Amino acid sequence: MSEAGQPLLRIRNVETYYGKIIALRGVDVDVFPGEIVTLIGANGAGKSTLMMTICGSPQARAGEIVYDGNDITLAPTHEIMRRGIAQSPEGRRIFPRMTVLENLQMGALLVDDEHFDGDLERIFTLFPRLKERASQRGGTLSGGEQQMLAIARALMGRPKLLLLDEPSLGLAPLIVKQIFEVIGELNKRDGLTVFLVEQNAFHALKLAHRGYVMVNGKITMSGTGADLLKREEVRAAYLEGGRH
Amino acid sequence: MLEYFVQQLINGLTLGSIYGLIAIGYTMVYGIIGMINFAHGDIFMVGSFIALATFLILTSVFGFVFLPVVLLIVLIIAMLFTSAWGWTVERFAYRPLRGSFRLAPLITAIGMSIVLQNFVQVTQGARVKPLPPQIQGGVTLMEGSTENGTILVQLSYMQMIIIFTTLFLMIGFTLLISRTSLGRAQRACEQDRKMAALLGVNVDRTISLTFVMGAALAAVAGLMFLLLYGVIDFYIGFLAGVKAFTAAVLGGIGSLPGAMLGGLAIGLIEVFWSGYFTVEYKDVAAFSILAIVLIFMPSGLLGKPEVEKV
Repeated sequence: MSEAGQPLLRIRNVETYYGKIIALRGVDVDVFPGEIVTLIGANGAGKSTLMMTICGSPQARAGEIVYDGNDITLAPTHEIMRRGIAQSPEGRRIFPRMTVLENLQMGALLVDDEHFDGDLERIFTLFPRLKERASQRGGTLSGGEQQMLAIARALMGRPKLLLLDEPSLGLAPLIVKQIFEVIGELNKRDGLTVFLVEQNAFHALKLAHRGYVMVNGKITMSGTGADLLKREEVRAAYLEGGRH
Repeated sequence: MLEYFVQQLINGLTLGSIYGLIAIGYTMVYGIIGMINFAHGDIFMVGSFIALATFLILTSVFGFVFLPVVLLIVLIIAMLFTSAWGWTVERFAYRPLRGSFRLAPLITAIGMSIVLQNFVQVTQGARVKPLPPQIQGGVTLMEGSTENGTILVQLSYMQMIIIFTTLFLMIGFTLLISRTSLGRAQRACEQDRKMAALLGVNVDRTISLTFVMGAALAAVAGLMFLLLYGVIDFYIGFLAGVKAFTAAVLGGIGSLPGAMLGGLAIGLIEVFWSGYFTVEYKDVAAFSILAIVLIFMPSGLLGKPEVEKV
């Protein structure tokens, strides 16, 4: 267990490459227990790469990632996830030939069976749509339903740290609002720590306690959500025209 | 002549069961890592050699006589050792090449097949190894008379054992894949390996287990082959492997019921062709049907179409 004041996730000087191409150039991020932290930035800035690097796929070539006091920089992916991290990844990555229920069972792979029914009930209350579709194949869901399923699947793993990669991508504004409400509620009620990558900067910064801005593989700004929302550079680059 | 037809049907189902059991190994490995494990037929051959060796040791060295117990022990030991072979081949020949270009593991598999064949040839000799018939007798299902005399339709106990064992294993396997968390993890690796890892699946271990399962089934087929035909040599894996691979492709590679269906189809085609036309052309018939089916159904009888909604 981490003591107060210790970050749950500490990323220092992380560099990630795809072959010879550098994608992250010395990234520092802290996520404290109980926080919602958001990472905003343009397409191709390296946000998703950071999310995947935390999970060891690909592994960082330099720097260190410490989770809950343990260095996980070079741990294999499945062992990192066993420590209580869950990710709803970029592109959702639903198993298309498995039913919704089976996708959720996959999410609960590392959790004791005794929790399954209760957790499933809770997920179906959060996303009633998934209950209706429980026996349908993942590949036949609409984009929004797949997004819900990706988040639900991550939650089934009872994570301490939830990594969400663009949960709003391709969704109708009303559903985006719903999903952000769910995230906020899980954080307040259960103390779930969330690290959220978003292009939808306005919503993300409003929801988050703190935020980071990433440009071209580097963190260029950080501060509280409210603070970043006020900054001229942030507004100009990520908010104007996107504030709906 | 209904009797003749029924007899050929029984013979075909028996042969098809053996092909089907081997085909499952091809199809599962293809499903999970997209590679044709050309050494799988030789794993089957190794399985039948281990079964023969175990049988001889048990009966002549330890003096076991009660056949059902002997066969059960032989089966278990053959499955264990053959699985260990399968695991080792994957671990040392294929895993280091994962992530390299697609042809590399395929070429290695062919190499592995040659290694296994020659290893057995060198250590066991090139001559055929006989085993006297162990399970004899059967039941007469039908009796008919023709102008040449009476014709009997017989289902031997050996055929019964083969067909029922295969049926039992198929049902067990289908349940394993569709209901257990191991089966789900395998299907997850099949569909999206990266995501499976993100959910905590140990992908390498799951792939190893897939090889182990395929090898265990091949060992069962190896024992059946040994008991049914009574002779084995280092080369039986090649032809059986090619047939089983054909069965897997015919049924739709990657599909478990497809492998079984394909196995039965190949077995039936071979036996009926031999029974009604000429034995010499039975392989031609089997492969021609494969070609014809693939022209009209490129993903096989039960194969999944590649297109998916994203």
